[in-house]
Formats: sequence, structure tokens, C-alpha cells
Amino acid sequence: MSHVDLATLVTIAGMTLISVLTRSFFFLSNKAWELPAWVTSGLKYAPIAALAAVVVPEIVTNGGQLIATWKDARLFAAAVALAWYFWRRGLLGTILAGMAVYLPLRLGLGW
Amino acid sequence: MRHREFTVGMREMAALGPGIAAWGVMTGVAMVNSGLDFVSVLVMSVFVFAGSSQLAALPLFAAAAPTWVILATALCVNLRFVVFSLHLRPYVMHLPLPTRLLKGYLFADLSYVLFTRRFPRPAHDAPGKAAQDAYWTGSGVASWLIWAISSLIGVAMAASVPIAWGLGFAGTLALLGITCSLATSRLRTVSAGIAGAAAVAAYALPLKLNILVAIAAAVAFGLLLEATGAKASRDRATAPVGDRE
Repeated sequence: MSHVDLATLVTIAGMTLISVLTRSFFFLSNKAWELPAWVTSGLKYAPIAALAAVVVPEIVTNGGQLIATWKDARLFAAAVALAWYFWRRGLLGTILAGMAVYLPLRLGLGW
Repeated sequence: MRHREFTVGMREMAALGPGIAAWGVMTGVAMVNSGLDFVSVLVMSVFVFAGSSQLAALPLFAAAAPTWVILATALCVNLRFVVFSLHLRPYVMHLPLPTRLLKGYLFADLSYVLFTRRFPRPAHDAPGKAAQDAYWTGSGVASWLIWAISSLIGVAMAASVPIAWGLGFAGTLALLGITCSLATSRLRTVSAGIAGAAAVAAYALPLKLNILVAIAAAVAFGLLLEATGAKASRDRATAPVGDRE
């Protein structure tokens, strides 16, 4: 806990601005234009693709290297979470069921 | 007066609360452990509202990197939001610019996904637009509140929550559930598989650019499969409840 650094605060303000500007990038201009139909059609794959791109490496890699052992708490937790999701469809249950497998395996067995 | 959809948006985001909160706590812990001063940690927790760019910036702050390097990193890590804003543009252009900027600030990965799941197409009539605006604000406010509060809890508990617990995995599980809820057609399922594989294959790219590569690959394959005689699976996809495109 050092003293407050003004330069750091300015940088953080800049990061906040970047959060706003990247997320509103295509909202900025008022000019009327229509997306080509194929872009609109293709963008419907973007949400699930973005999620899968975040989720899959978090489950099957360690810092980018594919995991080489089945003794990894994440694999079992993800399998149980998937099973729960397709059984019950609830998100909260999916998270809790997965963590109920993950934490004992990780903290108990060190997987 | 509060629109019904505001509450729906809040509730759907709150269902993901434990996952978002686990990430927020871990981000708070990481921020304290990075050696940033306390005020900066608080300001960052509350305002930046972009977990992956915060985590990417921490080692740079620790290494006393120049401001422009940190901002350029934040920009690259946030590039996927530019794609999302392209998708969301038709939903917000009836609003004045300041409102659009605020709406932009409020949406992140999960609000984007929940919003486009609930409203696959932009509304053209006033009641429809009001409903979409209200849902967006509701889910956005909920995710901002959950994120800020859980980050502050992480800051407060930094000494007692070891990173080794891997609580952040709850966030991954929340995303896994949402991913399944989006897999409403065979082509979408295939595109998720392609995105996952591409993200792993391109993981070595700096600044999380593998996510952009994965989105581009999945969109390209999705369009390609649509064009090349995937008619059968398209018919299957439109028949059941889910897919309204």
C-alpha cells in the first residue's frame, strides 16, 4: 500500500475510457448504414463463439498447453456441470454442481 | 416507471451471479497482490469494468510500463467488444449518443450473450424497443453491481483467499452453462466447437487475440456451412423452439 500515484489513476481513467469506446465503437456514428445481409447472418455465431473461445482453453489447457493428465479437477467438474445443465437447465445449479466436484478434487486430492 | 423487462434482465444476470462474483473476487485478490496502491485498486475495481483487461494490465503496472503500453494492451484485449458493438448497433441507434455510450459501458460479454439470446432481432416498433432498452439496462446494471461489489469483497479478503483455490473456475462454469443454452442449432454447436478448437490452437497469440481468431473462424465456418448444403440441419434448427433467426 504505497502512496497514491496520480499517473496510475490517469492510466485507470484511460482504461475506463477504452472500456466505453470499444464497447460503443459502432454506436458512435449517427450515419445511417445497413450491414450486408451475410454479416448479419454470420454475427449470430459470434456470441457462442466468443464464449466457447473463453471457456474451452480454461478447461483443457494450462497456460495454453493442452493438459496431459485426466487427473484434473476441471475435467470432472465440467462434465458434471454439463450433465447437470442438460438434466435441469438451471445455471445456478450448473455452477454449484460443478464447484461441488471441483473444490474437493482440487483441495482434497490436489488435482 | 420501471419496465417489466428491466427486472427480467436483472434476474437473468443475477442467475449468473455466483460465477461473475467468483471472478470479481479473484480479480480483487489479484489486484491487491499486484502491489498497486489501495486507492488505485478501489478506483479500478469500481470503474474499469473489464476483468480481462484489468488482469492483463496488472503485470504491466507492476513493471512500471509506460501508460500507452498499458492502454494499448487494454485496447487489444477489448477488441472483441468492437465486434459485439457491430452486432448490437441496430438495437441502440434510436437512442441519443450519451445514452448509447452509457449502454456501451454497461454491456460486457455476458450481457451481450444474454441480450442477443433474448432478442435475436432488433425491434422495429416502440414497445419492442422499450422492452429491449429496459432489458439491456437491467442486465447491465446487475452485472456492474455484482462485478464491483465482488471485486471490493476480493480486495477486502485478499489476505485470506489464496489464488490456489481456483474460485475463478466458477466463472468458467457459468460461461459453460450459457454456452450450452446458446447451442440451439446444429450449426451453432459446430461453430462453438470450431471456436473452442481455434482458441486453443491460437492460444500463443498475445493479448487474448486468440478469442478474435476464434470468433472469425466460427463465423466463417458457420457461413460456409450454411452456404454449402447444410440445408438439412438448418431445417432441423428452425423447427424446434429455440432458434428464431
